[in-house]
Amino acid sequence: MEFPRFLLQGDTGLVVEFAADISPVILAAVHSLQKALSDQPPVGVLELVPTYRSLLVVYDPGLTSPELLTKAIAKLLPRQVPPLPQGEVVQIPVCYDLSLGWDLQQLSEMVGLTIPEVIAEHSSSNYLTYMLGFTPGFPYLGGLSPRIACPRLATPRTLVPAGSVGIAEEQTGIYPLDSPGGWRIIGRTPLKLFDPSLEQPFLLKAGNYLRFVPISLEEYQRLSVGR
Amino acid sequence: MKLYVEEPGMLTTVQDRGRRGYRAYGLPAAGAMDYRSLSLANTLLGNPPGTAALEITLLGPTLSISGSGTLALAGADLGARLNGWPLAAVEAFAVKAGDILSFTAPLNGCRSYLAIAGGFKLPQVLGSHSTYLRGATGGYQGRALRQGDILESAASSPTSFWQGALPAGLSGLTPPLASPHYEAVVRVLLGPQDDYFDSANIALFFESNWQVTLEADRMGYRLKGPVLQHKAKREIVSDGILPGAIQVPPAGAPIVLLADAQTCGGYPKIATVITADLGIFGQLMPGDSVQFAATTFATAAAATQAWESFLTELAIWLQRQQGSTPKRYRVRTAGGEHLVSIQTIS
Repeated sequence: MEFPRFLLQGDTGLVVEFAADISPVILAAVHSLQKALSDQPPVGVLELVPTYRSLLVVYDPGLTSPELLTKAIAKLLPRQVPPLPQGEVVQIPVCYDLSLGWDLQQLSEMVGLTIPEVIAEHSSSNYLTYMLGFTPGFPYLGGLSPRIACPRLATPRTLVPAGSVGIAEEQTGIYPLDSPGGWRIIGRTPLKLFDPSLEQPFLLKAGNYLRFVPISLEEYQRLSVGR
Repeated sequence: MKLYVEEPGMLTTVQDRGRRGYRAYGLPAAGAMDYRSLSLANTLLGNPPGTAALEITLLGPTLSISGSGTLALAGADLGARLNGWPLAAVEAFAVKAGDILSFTAPLNGCRSYLAIAGGFKLPQVLGSHSTYLRGATGGYQGRALRQGDILESAASSPTSFWQGALPAGLSGLTPPLASPHYEAVVRVLLGPQDDYFDSANIALFFESNWQVTLEADRMGYRLKGPVLQHKAKREIVSDGILPGAIQVPPAGAPIVLLADAQTCGGYPKIATVITADLGIFGQLMPGDSVQFAATTFATAAAATQAWESFLTELAIWLQRQQGSTPKRYRVRTAGGEHLVSIQTIS
């Protein structure tokens, strides 16, 4: 299959697909095109949505067409893509206390590590935020240690509290809202990932790196005040 | 003018055209499920077409009025009554202190829009008045209306010049709403992942009658029909989703994603509903059936443009009627009592 591919999504979306797989290099290409398009937006472009391996370009069909957009985008396609800058690593305080990390005990038994080993493994690397979605501000993170990868719960919970940090297969993520979910919950952050009342309503951004920093239950409670 | 919520109805939310610019952060657009009806109700009042209005779902609210102004309904016929007198599904009407607006039962369609001349006085959240329920964002305190809520008009709600139903038979105007939609035909563009299905399954998608299941809400409608088989892979690397996308999960039953659709997902999208036909889904109920028809980008873009032109023509026509005040009569016939409004039109 030849990349990049241009795919229609209805009469308002054009998908520019860079690859069939996931890697930091592909993500860099997606973000490089996003930057080029936001610096010099072709007529009719309304919104840009970067995901793992493609950029969704939302447009006004009254002002442009897939043909015109494809031509305009082809000119902006990155020839050489610099790697994503690591930039500032966002620190996410997480309390791994068993009262908040509902599945931590079971996960540690399933992967054959002690609880402190699981916490050390989870909080010792920088994770790349590949994209945001599912619910507002939910980060799809890459970089989980395979030593603590673990399948989802057989039956999803009807309510996972906002801030819960979970593991599903080789992914880890944070629930921004109270929502149903099947990820194994190992801790909770007192930070709000989505707050519509703020001028910057989202804590994270696709393409950024983050790191989990263990905190005590006391600290979690102190930071939760005013949430 | 103020509207007091005596009974909230099944699901009454504030919606406008939707929130733009936050899909990259995972925040859906929300907005009216049937934009045509929202824009029609607003145009009848002289409001900009995308002004926020109440989206009323199946069982309508009971609202009591203080002050005076003009309201307009468009969309589904949910049995609207003003002080007990029937209103048309599409109608602009004056209200005064003490009036009661209520709804009996759904007669045709699923969602009705109640607009107010001058718009509602509510704060914008991230550039829009639309309510995104799952994220408790926008609209009236981020939630559906409840008993005791009070909605206020933004301006000193002007008395709009037009009162009455949609003028019939205006020359050169497209019919505003195809109704009823019980056996709807919805136009789609194939893709983005139609290559996950062979030609036999694409044909099956277009030939089948799909039934709307009970799992149908502002996020999406699950459909029932024959099982669509994927060629080999049943999942994709998650990519961007827009309202109208038709996902086919591994079990083979399609899901049409709508106003509150998640912004990304990992199921192949066989086709996408065109913008002009999205509102048809907003009027479909569980049990209704729908067929899909393939169309082209040019036809889709022209259909959206045709609606915009209709609204412009209607707005111009309504302005020409300024100064002609309607007279209202109660008329008793064998079929019951009716409120009749007579207005000189030019």
